[in-house]
This record gives sequence, structure tokens and C-alpha cells, in this order.
Amino acid sequence: MSNNTQLDIRQIRATLQSKQGSEYWRCLEELAETEEFREFLHREFPREASVWDDSSMGRRQFLMLMGASLALAGLNACTKQPDEKIIPFVRSPEFVTPGVPLSFATAMVQGGFATGILVTSHMGRPTKIEGNPDHPASLGATDAFTQASILSLYDPDRSQVPLNRGLIGTRDKFLQALSQALQAKKASGGAGLRILTETVTSPTLGDQLARLLRQFPRARWHQYEPVSMDYAREGARIAFGRIVTTRYHLDKADVVLSLDSDFLTHGPGAVRYARDFAQKRKVAGGKQTMNRLYSIESSPTNVGAIADHRLSVRPHDVEALTRRIARGAGVLVETPQSGNHDTWLAALVQDLRTHQGSSVVIPGLYQPPAVHALAHAINERLGNVGKTVSYSEPVEIQPEQSQAESLRKLVSDIRDGQVDMLVILGGNPVYDAPADLDFGGALASVAFSVHLGLYADETAAECTWHLPQAHSLETWSDARAYDGTATILQPLITPLYAGVSSDHELLELMLGTAEPKSYDIVREFWRRHSGSRDFETFWRTSLNSGLVAGSTFPSRNVRVRMQEVQSLPPGRAVPGDELSLAFRPDPTVWDGRYANNGWLQELPKPLTTLTWDNAILVSPATAGRFDLQNESVVEIAYNGRKIAGPVWITPGHPDQTVTVHLGYGRTKAGRIGSKRGFNVHAIRTSDAPWSIAGIGLAKTGAKSRLAVTQHHHLMEGRNLVRSASLAEYVANPVFAKEHQPSAQPSLYPEHEYDGYAWGMSIDLSACTGCNACVVACQAENNIPIVGKDQVLAGREMHWIRIDRYYKGSLDDPEVVFQPVTCMHCENAPCEVVCPVAATVHDSEGLNVMVYNRCIGTRYCSNNCPYKVRRFNFLQYSTDEPTLAMQKNPEVTVRSRGVMEKCSYCVQRISAARIEAKKEGREIRDGEVVTACQAACPSQAIVFGNINDPDSRIAKLKADPLDYGLLTELNTKPRTSYLARVTNPHQEPGTSA
Amino acid sequence: MKVVSRASIVAFLLVLALLVWVGSSIYRAGYTTGVGVPREQPIPFSHEHHVSGLGISCEYCHVSVTEASFAGIPPTYTCMTCHSQIWNTSPMLAAVRTSAATGKPLTWIRVHDLPDFTYFNHSIHVNKGIGCETCHGPVDKMPLTWRVNTLFMSWCLECHRAPEKFIRPREEVFTMDWKPSGAEEGKDLVKKYGIAVKQLSDCSICHR
Amino acid sequence: MKREHGVNTVETGPLIGHGQTYGTITDKITSDVLERKTPRGMLFGLAIAFILTMVLFISIGWLMIKGVGIWGINIPVAWGFAIINLVWWIGIGHAGTLISAILLLLNQHWRNSINRFAEAMTLFAVGCAALFPLLHLGRPWVFYWIIPLPDTMALWPQFRSPLTWDVFAITTYFTVSFMFWFVGLVPDLATMRDTAKKKWMKIVYGVLAMGWRGSARHWHRYEMAYLLLAGLATPLVISVHSVISFDFSVSVLPGWHATIFPPYFVAGAIYSGFAMVLCLVIPVRKAYGLQDFVTDRHMDYMAKVMLATGLIVAYGYAMEAFFAWYSGNEFEKYMMFNRTQGPYGFIYWGLLLTNIAIPQLLWIGRIRKNMVWLFLISITINIGMWLERFVIVVTSLHRDFLPSSWDMYYPTIWDWATYIGTIGLFLCLMFLFIRLMPMISIFELRQLLPWKSR
Repeated sequence: MSNNTQLDIRQIRATLQSKQGSEYWRCLEELAETEEFREFLHREFPREASVWDDSSMGRRQFLMLMGASLALAGLNACTKQPDEKIIPFVRSPEFVTPGVPLSFATAMVQGGFATGILVTSHMGRPTKIEGNPDHPASLGATDAFTQASILSLYDPDRSQVPLNRGLIGTRDKFLQALSQALQAKKASGGAGLRILTETVTSPTLGDQLARLLRQFPRARWHQYEPVSMDYAREGARIAFGRIVTTRYHLDKADVVLSLDSDFLTHGPGAVRYARDFAQKRKVAGGKQTMNRLYSIESSPTNVGAIADHRLSVRPHDVEALTRRIARGAGVLVETPQSGNHDTWLAALVQDLRTHQGSSVVIPGLYQPPAVHALAHAINERLGNVGKTVSYSEPVEIQPEQSQAESLRKLVSDIRDGQVDMLVILGGNPVYDAPADLDFGGALASVAFSVHLGLYADETAAECTWHLPQAHSLETWSDARAYDGTATILQPLITPLYAGVSSDHELLELMLGTAEPKSYDIVREFWRRHSGSRDFETFWRTSLNSGLVAGSTFPSRNVRVRMQEVQSLPPGRAVPGDELSLAFRPDPTVWDGRYANNGWLQELPKPLTTLTWDNAILVSPATAGRFDLQNESVVEIAYNGRKIAGPVWITPGHPDQTVTVHLGYGRTKAGRIGSKRGFNVHAIRTSDAPWSIAGIGLAKTGAKSRLAVTQHHHLMEGRNLVRSASLAEYVANPVFAKEHQPSAQPSLYPEHEYDGYAWGMSIDLSACTGCNACVVACQAENNIPIVGKDQVLAGREMHWIRIDRYYKGSLDDPEVVFQPVTCMHCENAPCEVVCPVAATVHDSEGLNVMVYNRCIGTRYCSNNCPYKVRRFNFLQYSTDEPTLAMQKNPEVTVRSRGVMEKCSYCVQRISAARIEAKKEGREIRDGEVVTACQAACPSQAIVFGNINDPDSRIAKLKADPLDYGLLTELNTKPRTSYLARVTNPHQEPGTSA
Repeated sequence: MKVVSRASIVAFLLVLALLVWVGSSIYRAGYTTGVGVPREQPIPFSHEHHVSGLGISCEYCHVSVTEASFAGIPPTYTCMTCHSQIWNTSPMLAAVRTSAATGKPLTWIRVHDLPDFTYFNHSIHVNKGIGCETCHGPVDKMPLTWRVNTLFMSWCLECHRAPEKFIRPREEVFTMDWKPSGAEEGKDLVKKYGIAVKQLSDCSICHR
Repeated sequence: MKREHGVNTVETGPLIGHGQTYGTITDKITSDVLERKTPRGMLFGLAIAFILTMVLFISIGWLMIKGVGIWGINIPVAWGFAIINLVWWIGIGHAGTLISAILLLLNQHWRNSINRFAEAMTLFAVGCAALFPLLHLGRPWVFYWIIPLPDTMALWPQFRSPLTWDVFAITTYFTVSFMFWFVGLVPDLATMRDTAKKKWMKIVYGVLAMGWRGSARHWHRYEMAYLLLAGLATPLVISVHSVISFDFSVSVLPGWHATIFPPYFVAGAIYSGFAMVLCLVIPVRKAYGLQDFVTDRHMDYMAKVMLATGLIVAYGYAMEAFFAWYSGNEFEKYMMFNRTQGPYGFIYWGLLLTNIAIPQLLWIGRIRKNMVWLFLISITINIGMWLERFVIVVTSLHRDFLPSSWDMYYPTIWDWATYIGTIGLFLCLMFLFIRLMPMISIFELRQLLPWKSR
């Protein structure tokens, strides 16, 4: 080897140091291809070289290895710390003070619907997402998806350049091609031109599409989304003769009936609904009343988990039950004779009738239109309309009767050769279109197809052109929330990757504008439609507050057409021996759009705690019938189509049916998301998107490992989650404190706190186990992901985990959630055993973990009764440059070999303390909000200063429901729980 | 034989001691800590000239020192406020002018570089009466800037364990060569500024 | 140096074979080192041991590159093989000190022929043990933070932590054992020096002998020093493993948090220590035909010591079980249930078999005299003691307070490589010692001679 091919780590580092952001990444790519690099690789890490050569994951592996070896280099003191550079502004922008983060209001859009958010930006780097307290769909909280979307922004696998038939193209080339294609269209009035979008609520986009359709009258606009609200819209049309959007007001509802709906965790408005629901649920503070939740579900959900009464039935049986409830409520529909669950239903109906006007029936997106129509009818009969439920104009710009229909029309037109130009704005139909349509096959025959998307995904690969779309934090746009409230999305960072960055720009180009800018398009639209005299003020206030004042849709008076509803023919009754299947969006990667988001992949799915995979969920009984064990691979056949995947036995799952989740089996998702799980779209057809009956199930004999984070599901009779019914609680308010040992002495002197004493309280009645806190914590505290293998080895890193226990019979168990963080014990077992005092008590009662002092004996973890400590067994924190940009600069990034754990967001406490001290005042109650607390939709988590008797936390700690975990060990935890109170109906036979 | 063995034992112990001593003295030497070593900068900026010569206040350039964790390094335009008028042809300042013209920022070498796991906040120190001088030394006498303190943790703790020895009135933080008026003054100021001394040695004050 | 000899030779047979004299002893033992050329069998053994040592070094290298994640440990089982092996090796070490120090103070002269051997073993075992506390650290390169040094962080170690106590316990133990072993060697090194033919050998042994001339004054000083060191070493036999046991008993974990630990750890240590001595002595004795110096009676004694300590250990297990039930504490009760019926139950039963059941054969005199039986039983006991530590460390950790955090621990290839590797290192050192040093204390052996035959 000649000298210039002699490459070493220092050179590589040097080369990379000079590069920034995406450039850095690309540089690493190029570097990876050079001959010298491979030489170096084989010389230094022969073992790794193979990994490197045959898989792209090898690159990460290698970086990890390099990190480790460099860490070792730190051993010899001869290496001096490298010079750090300071690069000041040339002209400093006003309002930016180096080191002081800023916060901007915008929105996160999923399935077309917006949730208002505030994004924290450090020196131009957005690092954390919080809910927007002023926004009706958020009220300050967020869901897990919103929290994780910040990671997608920095995803190094995002599409970075325009692609022309898979080859790198340029913007100009594309523009030429586009204008040529459009020239032809001008003459023909747009014949053969089709636009395919996801659900659209963006007023600007709607306006642009309208203009486009005016310019090309014969063009068509189609909408498709794998998780669509088709059934809801169709149900509304049946009931009211027109499509309306339904809105629930759970803060007024005392009795809630969920018909196979997961309204608390998924769908538009879920975050808001969770808040309103929890308000009526919490009894802490001496309240003696709470709402009651009935859930009829065909697949275990969080709603069923916290329901007071849960009925687990097969998907097709829900309608029959609904009919009987409807009849009970006074809707004269024909009902099946069969009478199982009689007492249950009787109690329910009686409860609904006695709560006329303060009850609500919520149909799930997965249930057929009839159920929705019936639900509307019941609500009207019970006089709930206008109180707990209201209707408004559809929020969608152009509500499709049925998106499946719309897509089928598109495909058939393509097959008839009527389409020669197709523009796909977002979405990934090639992956998630119904199997019977074979969208991919059809797409190939379209002469000129364009795909605009975040990733060069399955659809991009089939299109003539792919354009890298800007992330919603990178561009201007707008969208409406579940109640119609409009938000103007503003970018926090210029697009990391060039291209035609947004759907607005692409459409504007098609409309013939040269060099359009999203900013101008959105601003221009609102200038015309704001209807305010002083536009500048309107614009500024709308951006500041994160919503357009007065844009909420007024509720409309609509009446149910009882005749139509009552004459609805009953759905097909599925014979008991038929095996049915329910499709569900995945609780963490949704329809697959988040497949390449590491945080969501590693997020334990509620109820199963499964990570990195989807599985075939079956009940213990069904598993017994087919002789299935966990992880045994089965093949499911339906109408000649097949899928195969590993089984996970799920207590509480209805018998004779299985559940599978969308979003897996991606082939072009990226390094994180590709080749994980199995693709259920292979058997999902346009006529039955959510449930099918009469499937065949066969054992293949193979096994496939599944990485779950919780292996044991019973409390072993230990008093961990304490719960009682409302009646019991009223009779004996201190039930949670019983069998609690009185204060024991300690050998060590008590700590004294003259200043603050921080503490946390978690309300188990309110926790829905939605996981928002887990991801929020991960984003705030730079918590790495570890990958499936490491989860299998039991090394996941989450600082807050949600324990889930089953009580009662395995076939119909009661499910309880218990979020567990570091308890910050007064007598912390971890502190006394650390040989180097790397984990110690501070004067405000925090049990602080000092990473830079930790030598990694792991004794603290062994001695922690709560096992909340996490260890960097390997170099987990990646040095991928774009991902590094997401890191919170206020929190140390931990390296291999050190222990870490929940810090009560000490960085937020410090910030507040410093501000307070500078202003010479005390920290106000509620000034310090931990990441988990901020994210929690049901506000189950409260944090504050226990020493301040007027603080919320102090009051909660004094509440009779307050209890500590494992207090018999005399650890005196600072995090305590409010015991779980449920509100079951008194009728016999209705016990959940 | 006897002598040899005796000698070898003694020698062994001596060598051991020597190694330890050499090691620790290298670790604490200016070579490693950078104490008293003037740093080359892209522009030979002289604090001496600007501070004691022209009497420019620290805050004029380090604007955010009172409200942010980072004291702030002046943008090129701050230099240009004067240097567009005076010394506007000096070759020494060519880099500044090009920066202003091209918009390419200057790149300075950090003199006081704390480890990344240590979170230092300028504003709270300045607001609680710790003078620039206390850590950065007599900057007004530095033609090129250097460190006067090791930035060892032990050094930080000297003050965090006994702030009264170093604290000064808020008005005096930017003063150079300040002398306490009396022995009691420190203690009074600590009380006056409400500094919780016990808390200052919490790990969580600097490490997260 | 006149001492009454043969006092305790009333029991079964002599401590030294007939027809042995000063001369014969000296010739036999020195020649094994100086003239006799290395036997083939030994070379073979050494080769294997050396290969295993290389395996150790490789796994340490990989460990340094990747981190402790290459092992099977996780949360909740954050300690695995590393700590098991540490305790196991330290335990083995104990026999040496016990034999040399305590038996010396108790005037048990039968020890003379095996103490040198046992001391060497102690040294090497402690050496192997000392590796693990370093290797199991997440960041081994800052291990010195455990040692109280006036560093630039103005911080001391945390003296409440048993791990800090370990540092002192182990280092002291190693130092004293080394001194004891070396001082004991000095007179023999002198003998070697004098009998050595080659010049360089004379010089090497000479330097090591530190100018020993065997004058009355030397002997007097020597006896003083040796007794003093014995006095120092004796408490260490008790203290070291007690301190090690604190690592567990000081914690809150069911299965660790037990007052019985210190005594039953010490007993266990001596138990395994003697087992290891036998494992080594029996073949060596055969290979080198040392039956005259290490007689059947030695074997018998050692077997009896094993039997006794084994019973103490058994008592320890019984007490653990008893208090689990007697305490009425739900966690303690479950701990015992999990040990016997949990996923690692088979290991607990294996432990009872190898550590308690089988050794009872030692009640039978013929078995104590039968070298094959004795050898096999000793091996079994060593395995059993290792299993005991596995039960304590892993089985207690993998199911503690919150069922939600329960998980399993599976050792990886690297866990095994490191463990087997240390065994290789140990044997390697042992072979070299046998080859290069007088493995039996010549002068002390001479003392065993009845007066007439001197």
C-alpha cells in the first residue's frame, strides 16, 4: 500500500469534521466507498469488515466500534483535549441570544388532522416538541407520534435528492419534464391528469387543488389513506343524509360507551378527548363522583384496559350488540334473537337511560357504517346531541364518500388507459393500497408519474419521478384540527435536503407559477381569506398563538333519519366456528409512515410491550385450540391470499379471532424500518379494510423471536397497583394506605430540605398507558435506541416505563397500567453502594446520577428495588451527525459503560432555579414541568415542590389515595401514586 | 549479594515514587492545562489594548454575559463599528474586513474550554457577584489571551465550597484588580445575595 | 531451632516416607527443578493452559473494544459471570492462607509438605480473581477512582460502599499472601542457589535469596518474620471473604440481604480452597512421585477439613431456607420458591447434589484414602461452589421486587471464554511454578524427619 492510501481514524475524523449536516453524511457515504477506506477497515477491524461489506447496518456498527476505540484512546493522558472552535455570527440576528432556546407555535398533522404544538429550538435546531396549551386539540399535551416526529426530521435515511426512475435527477430536469407533460394537458383540458393525495384539511392546498381543477377541468383528484374514516363518513351519510364531522364533549359525559373505538389514544382529537375524559375520572381531592366507561371491543385497546366494564367480542358481533343497545335506547331496529351478555347489556342500557343527556356512545373507525349510524341514532334518542356530542361541517376539504372507492376508480381508469399523468402528494399507496387493487402494477403503466414524499419508499421506486418532500417542521403550510380550528404551520429550519420541498410548491408549479415559495402561497391564501382588515396583525397573531382565531367550525343542527337507520339490514352474522381477523393501525408505527423512526419502533406497544415487530395476536383459548405458543409462526390464508407471522398470545383478546397490525413488512422504509415484521396489506382488500371472517390458520412449525420488554404479567400478590371501586373508596377513603408499614428508623441521618423538595405524583385512575410520556422523555433526555437484539437481551434504555399487569382470569383479565420512573428515594439503596459516589442525594432531594463520575460497576442497578436504572452496555448513543442535531444541548450524551436514569428533568429545574435566583424570587408552582408531565394527555403526572404547602403536589401527597411503591423497604420514594379507582355498575354479572 | 538485594529493594520503591510524581506533575503542568500559555488566534486580538488602553467594558462585546449561559463572542459587525472608521486599512484586520464583506464568520480558538458534561452558566455567576477577573484573571493585561486557572474541578470547588472568599459586589464584577474592603464583606454579600452555599457543592449544580 | 517433632504423628501413618534424610529430600526436590528435564506430559499440559490463556487475552481485548455488552448481563441481572468468578477464585485462594498461617500457628506440622504449594495456589487464584473487578467495570480505564487519591477532582471514594471495602480487602490479602509465600521461599531459594550448576541460575536464585546464608541470626529473624506474617495472614482468612460477602449482604435484595453470609462465605471459601489443593496435589504427587513427602495422611486430613467445612456450608443453605420461611416476608419466601422451582431451579438442585450430597462420601475412610475418588469428589466440590455463586448472583437478581422487571440471564460465548481463560492462566502459572521453584518447602520438610534419620 502506498502512503496516500494509508488512512487512519484521525484522517477520517478530520475529513468528517470539516463537513456539516447533510454534507457530512454524504461525505461519510463517499468516504465509505473509497478504496483506502476499505483497506483501512480490513486492516483495523477484519471482523467488522465483513459486516460492513454485506449490510448497510455495518456502517453504524463501524461507527460504534470507532467510538468505542476512541473512548479507549482517552485512557492515555498523552492525548490532549482537541482545540474547540468558537464561530460567532457575522451579523447577529435580533431576538437570538446564544444559549437561550426559543419556542415557535406550529402544528403536527396526521391523517390530515392537525394538533397544535410548540417547538423548542436551540440556535436554529428544533430539538423538542410540546403541545400548544391554546390549541383545542392539544391543550398542552401530545401523543407519542407527535413527540417522535422530531426524530423523523433528522432521519439520515430521508430522501435527499430528486429521483428519475431511481437515478439521481435534478430539480431543473424535473421542471422541464413537468412543463412538457403539462403542455399536452393544456390542450386536452387535463384529460388523463390525476392527483392522488391523503386526507386533506389544509385550506391552502384545497384552494390550490380547486384552482388546478378549474385550469384542467377534465383532471381528477383522488384521496386515499390506509387508516381512513370512510366508515364514519358513510355512517353519517346514512344517519343524516349528508357527511358531517362528529365531535364529543367528554367533559360533560358521565356514562361513555365505546363501540370498538380507541378514542382515547388514536384518531383526530384523541389527545383532547383523553384530557376531558380524565377530568371526569380523577377523584383525588375528595371528589365522590366519576364517569363510567363501557367498552365493547374486538381487539384489546387502552380504552378497554381502563374501562369499568369491558366486553370482548368478535369484530362482526359488535353490530348485533349495538342493535340490541339501540333497541334498549328506543331506536326500533330489528335485533337478533340470540341473547348472550344479557345482564351486561341490560345494566348498560339502564345506565344509559338514567343518564340521558350526560351519556355518549362512541363508534370506532373500524366498525361498519351501520354501527356509526346506530350510534348517532342512540345519541339522539338519549338526548345527548348538543350536550355530549355535536356535529359540524366536515373538516376535510372534499370528504370522499369512500376513499377506497376513490382509489379503485383511479386504478380502473389507469387500467382503461385513461390516465397518463399521475401526481402523488404524500402517502405510500404502492405499499398500503388494498391487495385486490394491485396499485403497484397499475402505476407502472402510467406514462408520467410523480411522487412527493419524505422517503424514497416503495411508491417512489415505481414512479417516473420522486421528489424529496420537506418535513412539516421545514416548510410553510396549514391544516385544520378535529374541530376545524385552523393552524398555520411555520418552519423552524430551512429544508435539510433540497428539492421541490412541499405539495404547495408542486401544485403551484403545475398551475404555472415559476419558482413558487410555500411562504408566499400560504400567506397569499390567508391574505385573501383571513377576512380581517389588518392582515399583518392577523398573520402575526395567528403564527404566535398557533391557531387562526375563530376558525373553529360552528356546530350544526342535524337530525337523524330514523327511518333509514331503523330499516338498515343487519350485517352478516358470522357462524361461531369461523375464524375472523381484525386489522388495526399499529400503535407505534401507525400505517407504516413512522416505520423508520427508531423511537417509535422501540416503543413498547401498549398491552403487548412488543417492540420492533408486529405479531398475530390471539387469545389464550384460541392459542390452545390451535396449539400455538408465543413466537410460533403461523400462516393466515384468505381468498387465496396469504400472510405469515409470529403469534403473540394476548390475554383478553376475543376468542375465535386474531388481530394483525398495519405498518410492517416495509421493503424501502430505510435502515430502521425495512424488513421488519410482515405486511398485512397482502390480505387486506378494499371491501373489508378492518375485519374479515372465515380465514384459514395453519402452523408452519417455524419460530420467530419477538422482543418484548415485559415478560411477567402478574403481580404475584404483591401490593403494587392498589385499586378499589368508587363505592369501596367512598366507604374507606384510605384503602390505599392499609397494610402500609409505619415509618421505620434509618441508620443514616435524615436529609433536611430548607429549600425546595421536588416530588412527583402519578394518578393511576387517569393513566391510559398511551406511551406519550415515554417518547417525550426519550426526546428530552437524549435517550438512545438500542435495536431489537439488545431489547431481546433485556437492555432497553427508557427512563420511564409503563408496567402493565393482568388481574383475574387470563381470558377476560382486568388490565392495570403503572408508569414507573426513578423514585428519587430519600433512603436510596443505590446511593450507599456506589463506590465512587456517582449517584448521590442533592439538597433538593433529587437522587442525581453523575455520568462523568460513573465507572460502571452496575451495583446501583442491582440494589434498586424498582429496577429503573439503565446501563450503556455498549456504545448506544450514535454519532450520526443529523441525529446528533436533535440532541438536547442541556443534557449530557452518555457514552458506553455508564449508568443512567430518570433525573426529574434536572436541566429544567436548573433553568428555572437560575431564572428565579436572578430575579431574586422563589420558583413558582408549576414553573418546572417535566417532559413526561407536559406530554401526558390525561394529566396523570404532577410534579412540584413538596415543601410548598400550597403547591398542587403537596396537596396530592396529602390525599388519602396517595401511596408509595415498596415502602416496606423504607426507601421513602419521592415519586408516589394515587391509587386506582374504578366505577363499576352495581348490577350483578356486570363485573368487568 | 546482600548489598545488591538491599539496594534493589530500595531502588524499586524509589522508582515507583518517582513515576507517581512525574505522572501527577505532567498532569498538572501548564502544557496539559494550558495555564499561562497564550493562544494563537486568527487575529492577534489584544484585550490589554481594548480594555485598559481604550477602556471598553467587557459587556460591550460579551453582550449575553448577564442573561445567558454563554457570555457571547462579538459578531464581526461589532468589530466593524469602530474598525470601519479606524485602522480600517490595517493588514492585521484584513480577516475582519473580509468576514464583514463575504459574510464568512471568523473562527476563534476557545481559551476556556470546559468538558461537555459540565454546565457552566455565566449569567448566574455575574448576577451573584463573581467577577470576570475571578476566573479569567487580569484580562486587561493580556496582549494575547491565556488561562490563569486550571479549570480543574478542585479549582471550581474552592469557590463553590467557600464563595465568601471570592464574591464581590454586583457593581464590581467587571472591575479589574478589585480588592475586598474587609474580611466580613464576603460573608455579608453571600447572605445579601441569598446564596445557598450548601447547595453549591451538589453534583447537579454543574453536572446533568 | 529445636522444636518437638513427631508429637502429632500418633495418627494414621507417618508424615514422611521411611529412609528419607536431609540429603535425599534436598536432592529430590531441588533436582526436580534443576536437573530433571521437563516431562512430556507437563509440556502438553502447559501448552493447553497457554492456549486457554491466549483465549483469555483475546476476550479481554474484545471486551475493551466493545464493552461489557459482549457478556450476557442485562437489567435486572447486571452482574453475571464476572462476579461469580471473582468470588469463586477468591474462595479457592483461601486454602493456601489457611494451611500456611493458621495451621502454622496451631503447630500442625503436617502442613509443611503442602503449604508452599497451597500458598502459590493462593497467589495465582487471587491474581485471577483480581482481574474480574477490573474487567467487569463499564469504564475500566478509570478504575483508580475507587482508590483514595488526592486527585484534581477533590473527590474521595464512597466509603459506605462494600466495593470500596473490597479494594482494601483484596489488595491487602494479595500483598500479605505474596510476602508470606516469598519469605517462606527464601531459605529454599538459597538452597537452590547453592545446588544450582549453571552460572546464570546461581545469579537469579542468588538475587531472589537476598543473601541468605542460613546463619543462626538469619534463622532467628526468619522465624520472627514468618510468625508475624502468619499472625497477619490469619485474620485475613476470615476478613477477606467476609468483606466479599458484604457485597451481597449489605444490599436490599432478597437472597443477598442475609446475616448468615460472612461465616458461610468463609467456610465455603475454605471448602473450595481445599478441594482445589487436592485437585492439584493428587496429580502432581503422582507425576513427581512425591508420595513420600505428601503422604496419604495429608490427603486424609485435607479430606476431613473438606468434610467439616462442607457441613458448615450445608448449615448455611439450611438457614437461608429456614429464615425465608420464618421471616414470613413475601419477597424472601418467593426468593426461596424461585430458587427451588424457578427457571434456574435445576442449578440449585445441582448445587445441593455436588456440594452437599456427594461429599458425604468422605465419611468413608477408604474413599478418603482412594486418590481417584478423592480427586473426583474435589472436582465436584469445585463445580458445586461455582454453582453456589451462580445461584446467589443470578437467581437472586433475575426475579426481585417488581415482576415487571423480571428477566432471564443467558451467558454468551465471551462469558465462557473469559472464565475458561482464567482457569488457563491459573494452570499456566501453576505449571511454571512447579517447574521453576521448589514446590515443597525443603527446610520445613526436613523438620518432619525423625531425629535419628537426620
